[in-house]
Amino acid sequence: MRIFTKGWMDVKRRLSKMFSFILVLTLLAACGNSAINTSSNEERNEASQQGESAETIKIGSILPFSGVYASLGKDLSDGMKLYFDSINWKVEGKKIELIEEDTEADPQVALRKLRKLMDQDNIDILNGAVSTAVAYAIRDEVDSKKLPYLTSHAGGNDLTRGKRSDYIWRSSFSSWQIGHSMGEWAFENVGDKMYIAAADYAFGREVSAAFIEAYKNAGGEIVGEVYPPLGNNDYSSYLTTIGGVEADGVYGFFAGSDAVRFVQQFKQFGLKEKFKLVGSGWLVAEDLRETIGNAAEGTFASTFWDYNLETEENQAFVKAYEEAYNRRPTIESLEGYDAARIIAEAITVTKGDVSDSEKLVEAIANVSFTSPRGEISFDKETHHVIQNMYISETVLSEGKTENKIIDTIEKVQDPGK
Amino acid sequence: MDLIGAQLVNGVSYGLLLFIITCGLSLVFGILGVLNLAHGSMYMFGAYIAYSLTATYTQSFWIALLISPICVALLALVVELILLRPTYQLGHLSQVLLTFGLAYVFHDIASYIWGSNVLTIQVPPVFSGSISVFGQVFPAYRIVVIVIGIIIAALLWFIQAKTRWGAIIRAGLNDKEMVSALGVNIKLVFTIVFIVGGLLAGFGGVIAGPILGIYPSMEFQTLILALVVLVIGGLGSIAGTLVAGLLVGVFETFSRFLFPELSMFLIFGLMVMVLVVKPNGLFGKKVA
Repeated sequence: MRIFTKGWMDVKRRLSKMFSFILVLTLLAACGNSAINTSSNEERNEASQQGESAETIKIGSILPFSGVYASLGKDLSDGMKLYFDSINWKVEGKKIELIEEDTEADPQVALRKLRKLMDQDNIDILNGAVSTAVAYAIRDEVDSKKLPYLTSHAGGNDLTRGKRSDYIWRSSFSSWQIGHSMGEWAFENVGDKMYIAAADYAFGREVSAAFIEAYKNAGGEIVGEVYPPLGNNDYSSYLTTIGGVEADGVYGFFAGSDAVRFVQQFKQFGLKEKFKLVGSGWLVAEDLRETIGNAAEGTFASTFWDYNLETEENQAFVKAYEEAYNRRPTIESLEGYDAARIIAEAITVTKGDVSDSEKLVEAIANVSFTSPRGEISFDKETHHVIQNMYISETVLSEGKTENKIIDTIEKVQDPGK
Repeated sequence: MDLIGAQLVNGVSYGLLLFIITCGLSLVFGILGVLNLAHGSMYMFGAYIAYSLTATYTQSFWIALLISPICVALLALVVELILLRPTYQLGHLSQVLLTFGLAYVFHDIASYIWGSNVLTIQVPPVFSGSISVFGQVFPAYRIVVIVIGIIIAALLWFIQAKTRWGAIIRAGLNDKEMVSALGVNIKLVFTIVFIVGGLLAGFGGVIAGPILGIYPSMEFQTLILALVVLVIGGLGSIAGTLVAGLLVGVFETFSRFLFPELSMFLIFGLMVMVLVVKPNGLFGKKVA
């Protein structure tokens, strides 16, 4: 008995030391997403598995299928498959093989998966990347191996500015396009005093900087700024501070669970009666609004596509997507759909020849068509997409919120510096 | 002045929310000496089950508040009986590894069942409105959280201080061998305390869901905060957890108010300061 007690005390003595060790361990594990994501995703499309390699065009896709961005990766992938389905996975008589790899939104993992795609699968074209950090991490590898790469989501400004490469083209958006397009509009339609609240990470900072630049140029005044950490769980303190400020509106840049909490709490703290809420499309995104509920009503957002765009192309896209997957497309679904079409059209131009990278990127550069989001084409200088930006207002209809397009800013071109 | 008063209400509300989330972890650690790293996952299950109940089956927050913690408590029972019990002789490292591993398993189970979308729990209409305090608007639900936090604290205090069960638990905190020598079935005590820990974790999930939201990896974020509160309060002390929860809540709220860029750092700074001055936490017993 005595010995047992002594042993127990010993254990207790070591406990405090152990505890600090454990805490560090937990922090490390929880901070890096990679530790949480355990599954490794490798899908091959069955329809495209047969066929000789000479007759097959291999398209590599690096997307996050696990971790916080998992739903974005899924939507991008579904959008791509929807387009390839519509052309029967065939371009110029050649089969398309889509090889998808899970990046877990981790730059290290992404680089490893990219090397696998290049060395083992010998892909001809690469697309994907949701996280800008992933896009930056693979940039040099893609550039040195001359692999044509179409960025289908990651929006960091620098990818088509300082980190520009001959082989990298972007069909999604840049932070600048998102923020800048709202600046002038907010000054003219909301008021001349704004408060900025944006998540403290590269994307949030870049978008709000672009907004501030455009808003100030238009003549507006920024009365205050606050940058809560990414993944902040409670906005009460920030919102109480904002509540005491004299302003016409609040520009909020948040996405995912942050957006849900921010928009909900914005209303709960009575700010909706005082200020107009403006932001980007992700604040009131298609897959978040149901969770946010009626609190989203009255939000103005800048975006490059919306579910309710009333063009023929968009209605056809929405219908096809809903039939195929039985849910509404998100902006990421559209990005995937467009990326697939850009790749297919470029290959059509080269007559199915994907052996020459130079020719292929030139073909990508010349692609232009009317997408569900409107007309798109590439800026040959920056390699970035030129597209319309839309201002949406969230309205209540039949007890649910819907985004309504109320303004269009035509052919927004990233300045490239 | 009004603004400071309003921030104080925010801080107290957030602090009591932290207390509600952490008290189960603290209780289990105090009695069993097991640092349950799956506590965050139980919290997550509480929130997800409550979501499923309110969104699909009953639409009633109150029924979810009743059933969801019970489901989590049942899960805790299974974990304790089958997995945790054999590890009591093996020392703390194996328990930490076990519960940490469980956290990952639960993470994947949750993402398999509920997917990766962001979800939220609807609060009953009575509490979904806003009320005015210090001339500022507050969500009524925040005030409800304050009331619930106080009730939980009072209840735990009452059980610990005034009932026979509380006496056994307090005795178990001090000397487990002596308690079992006096004829108390310590194994049963362990099991029951672990179940109560699960119950409290599930309860915390339902209460926090409408405020903190439900999303993939929510449990790890919450676990870190809960561990900070636990360490500051002193291991295994309910009173300490209450004080630490309030301290962290008010401190974080004001640091967000005054130095928004530093808020994350300041919380860990506070933890370091407390540990330097009082290595066992604010209310912790002297370790050996």
